[in-house]
Amino acid sequence: MKRSDLSRRAFLTTASATVGAAAIPSVGLPQQLGTPRRAYGERSPFEKSSRYFRESATPASGSSRTPLQDLFGIITPSALHYEVHHSGVPQIDPRHHEVMVHGLVERPLVFTMEDLHRFPSVSRIHFLECAGNSAGEQIGRPGADPQRSHGLLSCSEWTGVPLRTLLEEAGLKPSASWIVAEGSDAGRLARSIPLEKALDDVLVAYGQNGEALRPEQGYPVRLVVPGWEGNVNIKWLGRLHVVDQPYMTPYETASYTDLMPDGKARQFTFVMEAKSVITRPTGGQKLPSPGFYEITGLAWSGRGRITRVEVSTNGGASWGDAQLNEPVLSKALTRFCLPWSWDGKETSLQSRCTDETGYLQPTRDELLTVRGVNATDHYNGIKPWYVHTDGKVSHV
Amino acid sequence: MFRLGIALAIALLGALALAQTRRYNVGREATPDEIRARDISVSPGGSGLPPGRGTPKEGRLVYQTKCSSCHGDRGQGSQYYPALAGGRGTLATDKPLLTVGSYWPYSTTVWDYIHRTMPYQEPGTLTADETYCVTAYILYLNEIIRQDQEMNEKTLPTVRMPNRDGFVPDARPDVKSKSKKR
Repeated sequence: MKRSDLSRRAFLTTASATVGAAAIPSVGLPQQLGTPRRAYGERSPFEKSSRYFRESATPASGSSRTPLQDLFGIITPSALHYEVHHSGVPQIDPRHHEVMVHGLVERPLVFTMEDLHRFPSVSRIHFLECAGNSAGEQIGRPGADPQRSHGLLSCSEWTGVPLRTLLEEAGLKPSASWIVAEGSDAGRLARSIPLEKALDDVLVAYGQNGEALRPEQGYPVRLVVPGWEGNVNIKWLGRLHVVDQPYMTPYETASYTDLMPDGKARQFTFVMEAKSVITRPTGGQKLPSPGFYEITGLAWSGRGRITRVEVSTNGGASWGDAQLNEPVLSKALTRFCLPWSWDGKETSLQSRCTDETGYLQPTRDELLTVRGVNATDHYNGIKPWYVHTDGKVSHV
Repeated sequence: MFRLGIALAIALLGALALAQTRRYNVGREATPDEIRARDISVSPGGSGLPPGRGTPKEGRLVYQTKCSSCHGDRGQGSQYYPALAGGRGTLATDKPLLTVGSYWPYSTTVWDYIHRTMPYQEPGTLTADETYCVTAYILYLNEIIRQDQEMNEKTLPTVRMPNRDGFVPDARPDVKSKSKKR
C-alpha cells in the first residue's frame, strides 16, 4: 500500500469517528471512483479460478483441466475450457487459412474463412470430453476434486456450418464411406470419422460462446463431433479427405483404443457414455456447519439427452431423484440439483445418471468386471465424495 | 468390421443423393497441384506413400541423430517418451507394454506418423528416404524385418504387423448396471 493510501485511510477513519452517530454507516461502499471502461472485459480480480495442469514432457504437449467445482450452469467460460495439445497451439492468421475438401468428391473445393461464414450457420450447445477423462478413477488413484477427477470436460455453444453442407457442396462419390480430418497444427493431427456421423450432426465450427474460437480450442476453425471423444474434434481444421476406409492414424490404433483382458483391443470406441459428477459439496471443500446445502453437479451423455439423475447421500443405501435444470440438451452438460440437510455425521455423496437410451451409469466395480484393468479410456463410473465429521469433503 | 450393414447402406444412398450440383457456389475448386502439395495421408494399403527407400542399416544413423535422445538407443523409451520396441506377449497381462511391435496394427501408420509429426521439436522435416530408413529401423528393432530388408512405397505396406488382428469393434454398451432403478 502506498503512503498516500495510508494517509487517506487514516483521514477517513478519523473523519467518520469525528462525525460519529450523525453519519450514515458507509461500511463496504466505495468511497472513490471506480475504474474506467474496458475494450475487452476481464473478470473481477477477486476471482481466481483457473485451469490446472502438471508439468509435461514439453510445454507444447499435455493437458489442462476445467475447474468444474467453481462453475455455474452448463456453459464453460472459454478461458477455462480444458485443453489437450500434442504439438502446441498454432497461431493462425484467419486471412490465410483455408479448409480443403478432397478425395472421393465430384469437385475438390477450398474454403476461406470468409467462405465458411457465408454458408447457413447453426449454433448448438455440446460438451467435449477427453477419452482419458477420469482415467485416474479407473486405475484407483481418484482425483481430490472435480477438476482433477473429471476436468477434461467442458461445454460450449458452438457456431458453424454443418459438415454435411460442405460435403454436399463438393459432391460425394458413391464409394465414399469415411473422412480423414486433419489439423493445421505442427503435428497435423488426423482422425478418421465414419461418413454416417459426418453427415449427421458434425459441425465445422468457428464460434465458441458467442465469439471466435479461442486458439486453444482450434482458432480459426475446428470440427465439433457431438458426443464423441475429444480427440476426433479436430482443431485448427485444414483438410477433409473423403476416403473409402479408416486410415488407421496413431490416435485410432496406438491410443484411444481399449485393451481388454484377453489382449484384444476395442477400436473406434467413439461415443462418450453417460456420466455424472457432484460439483458441490465436493472434494476439497469444507461444510462450515450442519444444516442446509444444495447438492449440485453435472451429467452428460454422448448418446443424447440426460433423462434422470439420482443422488445418494448415504453411501448408496438409497437414491433420490435430483432436479434437472433447464435447458436439458442432447450431448450437452445438464445441471442437476437436490436440497440436502447435513446432520453432521460422516457420509458419502454420489450421483448416477440415465440417458434417453435407458443406459444407467455403472459403478467402477461393474466397469472393471467387464473391461478389466487395462482399458483406462472411456471410463464413466460413479464417483463418490466423502463427508467427514469436521465438514471436510474428500475423495477418500 | 463395424456394424456397417444398415449404416453403410444409408451412407451410400446419402452419397448418391449428394453427388448433385453445387447449391451455394461458395468456395473455389482446388487445383491438382495444391491437393498434391497438401495431401500427406497414407492409407493402410499404402496409397499416398511417396517414392523412396531405406534399410534398417541405413536407418540406424538417422535414428541415432533424430530419435534416440527421446526414445532411447534401442527404442526402449524414456521417462516422458514412449517405448517403440518390445512388449510382445504382454497385451493380456496386467502390465501391457504398447509399442509399434506389440500393438500397432499397420506399418503404414508408423511411416505416416513419423513423416508428419517427428522429430517432435521439428515435425515434418524428415525426407521421404529418411522416413523409410527410420521406419525400417524401428521395424527391425521389433524383429519384424531383417537388417538389410529395404522398405519402399511397394514393400512397406506388405509388412504384416504382429498385432494386425488384435483389434475388435466397439462392443458398448457393454456394462449393464445391476443397480435397481429405484
